[in-house]
Amino acid sequence: MVATALAEAVTHPAAGAALDIEQVSHAFDIDGAELPVLSDVSISVEPGEFVALLGPSGCGKSTLLRLVAGLDKPKAGRLREDDSRITRPHPSRVVVFQDPTLFPWRSVWDNVALGLEAQGILKSQRQRVDDALDLVGLSSFRHAYPHQLSGGMAQRVALARALVNDPRILILDEPLGKLDSLTRITMQAEIVALWQRKGFTTLLVTHDAEEALVLANRVIVFSDRPARVKADIRVDRPYPRHRGDPYLADLRRQILGLLGLDATW
Amino acid sequence: MSTYSLSDGLASGAPRVSRVPLLTAWVKDSGAGVLASVAWIAFGLSCLWWADVGDWSRTRSLGIAAFVIAAVALFGTVGADYLGSAGKALQKRAPWLVALGAFLTVWELATAKFAWLPLPFFPPPQAIIEVYTDDLPKLLDSVFASVKLQLGGYLIGAAVGFLTGVSIGWSRAVGYWVHPVLRFIGPLPATAWLPIAFFTFPSSWSASTFLIALATGFPVTVLTWSGVASVSKAYYDVARTLGAKPSFLVLKVAIPAALPHVFVGLFMGLGSSFAVLVVAEMIGVKAGLGWYLQWAQGWAAYSNMYAALIVMSLLCSGAITLLFAIRDRLLVWQKGTVKW
Repeated sequence: MVATALAEAVTHPAAGAALDIEQVSHAFDIDGAELPVLSDVSISVEPGEFVALLGPSGCGKSTLLRLVAGLDKPKAGRLREDDSRITRPHPSRVVVFQDPTLFPWRSVWDNVALGLEAQGILKSQRQRVDDALDLVGLSSFRHAYPHQLSGGMAQRVALARALVNDPRILILDEPLGKLDSLTRITMQAEIVALWQRKGFTTLLVTHDAEEALVLANRVIVFSDRPARVKADIRVDRPYPRHRGDPYLADLRRQILGLLGLDATW
Repeated sequence: MSTYSLSDGLASGAPRVSRVPLLTAWVKDSGAGVLASVAWIAFGLSCLWWADVGDWSRTRSLGIAAFVIAAVALFGTVGADYLGSAGKALQKRAPWLVALGAFLTVWELATAKFAWLPLPFFPPPQAIIEVYTDDLPKLLDSVFASVKLQLGGYLIGAAVGFLTGVSIGWSRAVGYWVHPVLRFIGPLPATAWLPIAFFTFPSSWSASTFLIALATGFPVTVLTWSGVASVSKAYYDVARTLGAKPSFLVLKVAIPAALPHVFVGLFMGLGSSFAVLVVAEMIGVKAGLGWYLQWAQGWAAYSNMYAALIVMSLLCSGAITLLFAIRDRLLVWQKGTVKW
């Protein structure tokens, strides 16, 4: 079942990194008061796994992603990539945000080149930028500016900008949340294909149970804020998955039940 | 027939055009050009028909020049099809040529011919032409002096303002110390410093440079600062996860993102520095167009004043055009920018 995915991961032994989240708690300071957002979260992700984080809106999933990316430091607990502790951002862990946040003053090509340029290796590795653009099928738009792109194209550029760095952990923060449903379905398939091909570990935040089940090996369900791990569900189905699969439908019912939405199902 | 299908339109497309009366099409294309020609002939005649009420040496030449312009307008617009882009440009500007010719005719009649306007204060066009031909060296010297002073002061002010703005926007410590000073000194009109500046600086030239830089620097600083401060945090997050160091965040994220604001500041600074330039030249510097104006007023040489004003306006407008051209080049990625 997971065999295809695992086989892919085996062909790229160094591609995905293991991720350990150990008893992490976090809180925001709002006007002096402490607002807890994460409470004692522990998750262990195998190299090459595709993990979806599912939970009610505003529960703290995105905060957890920022901690994994190294953009913020947790108040308690530890995060590790393989065996090294995560203390600050690193291009081996790249985030794709809900908004594409392309730099409007840079062309598509220059946006994708951002990571290599920031690391000072662009001059010798320009080919990687072309390859990444090929990967998302936007080579012919290399000279376009972001304001000339549609929402789906902009998000593809953001994906290319992440992938050009050959990340070992790809962090997706509701990257398809603002796209129309057709573009969304297409891009879900693209993300699975890229993940199978490259073998990176993937962390996807979403509040769409169906999206989580179509994409991920594992779905972790969070409680309301402060977020706690409520359930850790393995999805043993081969890819490409079908939305009408009764097995997935059953899991979806379970998950919605966990989220307190079983009455509406 | 009030309705027709697509195939009708396609089938009769070509002959439909030829049914438009040729005369209407011709008047639409060349009418304004012919009118412009008439207006300039009127101007030429107004120069040559009556005798001048005063003593001006360029009346005849001006009249002949008007006829030449009339001829160019006529043949240029009628023969626009053979002249390519130059003909098109002329056709587009023809209505303005009409207005200009009419205005000059009225001006000529109201001053040189019938003196409806009191004379020394309202010189005729030929008197201003006379300034350009006879007083050219002095005028050019003034232009050169003004440009030099303005350029030096503006570049210094813009550079210092930009660097200060970026520093305040980026560093809290710099903001803590510079912000109060900026609030205290910035809003003061730079011209208020004039008396002190002329005392404290070794030369009136350095004093004026300082004042122009001051007038430029304040708006550039404030707008650069606000530009850097308003850069979306998401851009920094993206750059940081991609491995950007602080210097990259400043040079490749903050500054390009703030650039549209910076150009607003540069534009405002340019406007206020013109004011300071003219006042400084009128009061302390013994050169430049401001000084020329003052000098002309001393001699009641009103035509020289108008001549200098026209040059000044061309220079200021040219400077702004240049600034906008640079902006359009640097900010091609923006859509819907204002055309100057």
